[in-house]
Amino acid sequence: MSRKIHFDLVSPEKKLVSEDVHMAVIPGDMGMFGVMAGHCSLVASLTHGVVKLYKDDKGTPRRIFIAGGFADVNGAKCSVLAEEAIPVSELDKNALTQQLKDLTEDLGLAKEKNDKARIKLKIAVVNAKLLAISSQ
Amino acid sequence: MPSLRDYRDRIKSVKSTRKITSAMKMVAASKLRRAQEQAEASQPYARSMSEMLARLASNVTITPSSPKLLAGTGSDQRHLLILVTADRGLCGGFNAYAVKALRQKITALQGAGKQVSIVCVGRKGRDLIRRDFGHLIIESFRDVFGKNVVEFAQAQKISEYVLALFEAGKFDVCSIVYNEFRSVLVQTPMTQQLIPFRAEEPRTPTKGKKAEEKPAVAVGGTSPYIFEPNEDEILSKLLPRNLSVQIYRSMLDSSAGEQAARMTAMDNATRNAGEMIKDLTLQYNRARQAYITKELIEIISGAEAV
Repeated sequence: MSRKIHFDLVSPEKKLVSEDVHMAVIPGDMGMFGVMAGHCSLVASLTHGVVKLYKDDKGTPRRIFIAGGFADVNGAKCSVLAEEAIPVSELDKNALTQQLKDLTEDLGLAKEKNDKARIKLKIAVVNAKLLAISSQ
Repeated sequence: MPSLRDYRDRIKSVKSTRKITSAMKMVAASKLRRAQEQAEASQPYARSMSEMLARLASNVTITPSSPKLLAGTGSDQRHLLILVTADRGLCGGFNAYAVKALRQKITALQGAGKQVSIVCVGRKGRDLIRRDFGHLIIESFRDVFGKNVVEFAQAQKISEYVLALFEAGKFDVCSIVYNEFRSVLVQTPMTQQLIPFRAEEPRTPTKGKKAEEKPAVAVGGTSPYIFEPNEDEILSKLLPRNLSVQIYRSMLDSSAGEQAARMTAMDNATRNAGEMIKDLTLQYNRARQAYITKELIEIISGAEAV
């Protein structure tokens, strides 16, 4: 029996995950990193990507998409504050493709620099979601 | 003296009023439950966020180069006040209390020679202050509370607007005025400073409460933290985020408070209507009795006269 770390995933609207895991792989701004029990204390900012939760040292991970956020880790607990979080299995490819199309259109129409930047960010998030589905 | 028909009509109209108020009460009660659940669901995020910020803030020394959201602009001349109220009325003194708190704040600030501008969230607040402080309102958001749930995206929209103003150097200090939900019967107007960020979150009325809400600096205590990429960069991402979260929390509190206030107000109204119906029925019966007596007297005296 390996040691486990308590993992919390919260979004502003609700708490999504709160359970003990063997390892969590988290998409940090500086690259993916894994967190296991006894990890040194860490505060990291996250980029959009997939959080993988390994219940034990083998088996397939549970995959949850997050759209950026922060991770707060100490030896016994790891909390991820996500801006948006959806289990990868609930992402809908068709809806996302449509969304991507709409956003690309919006980008063409946007004039102001701020608007453009915001739409570009949204497109990046949608692309990351699509990637998460296809890499399943 | 009103006729019997007048009484009947009045009783009927008060009865239908009572039906409406009691229906509104029940609607408010179910919405309140939902709003409370939502407020609870958002707690873990807000708590973790303030823990993290407290930890970061204690690690960073304020220098002129640190983020302005933390350090401030170095002046406190221009104030931005965000007023959070409901979109709809019929909730007792709920909106009026928040507006009263805002008025006091404005008077105090203007008395001290500061400049004030206002951003309204919720339609009622704007309506109430428009006459006196209309020239100070620079923006108002309405229909932000949604039908069922308060969406985080709405809070984000507001915080983006506020941040844009801040970056453009339009104000130095930002505070939010809202009704805090303390219980179904009590909502207290609160003023909380958002920019520059204050770790200890001083709230205006501080009557012994919020033991659990204090940012737990002690958690994780002595072990040195690694910050990735680094403190400043995380701070500069975390602070705007925190602003949205704080605004969101105020909105949730306000929306739960609104439903609670409406429930109480409608409960009172229903009870009053019931009392009024009782009184009117009594008067109606008296009038009816008097009418019958009068008729009897007329018949008897008619018969006696023969």
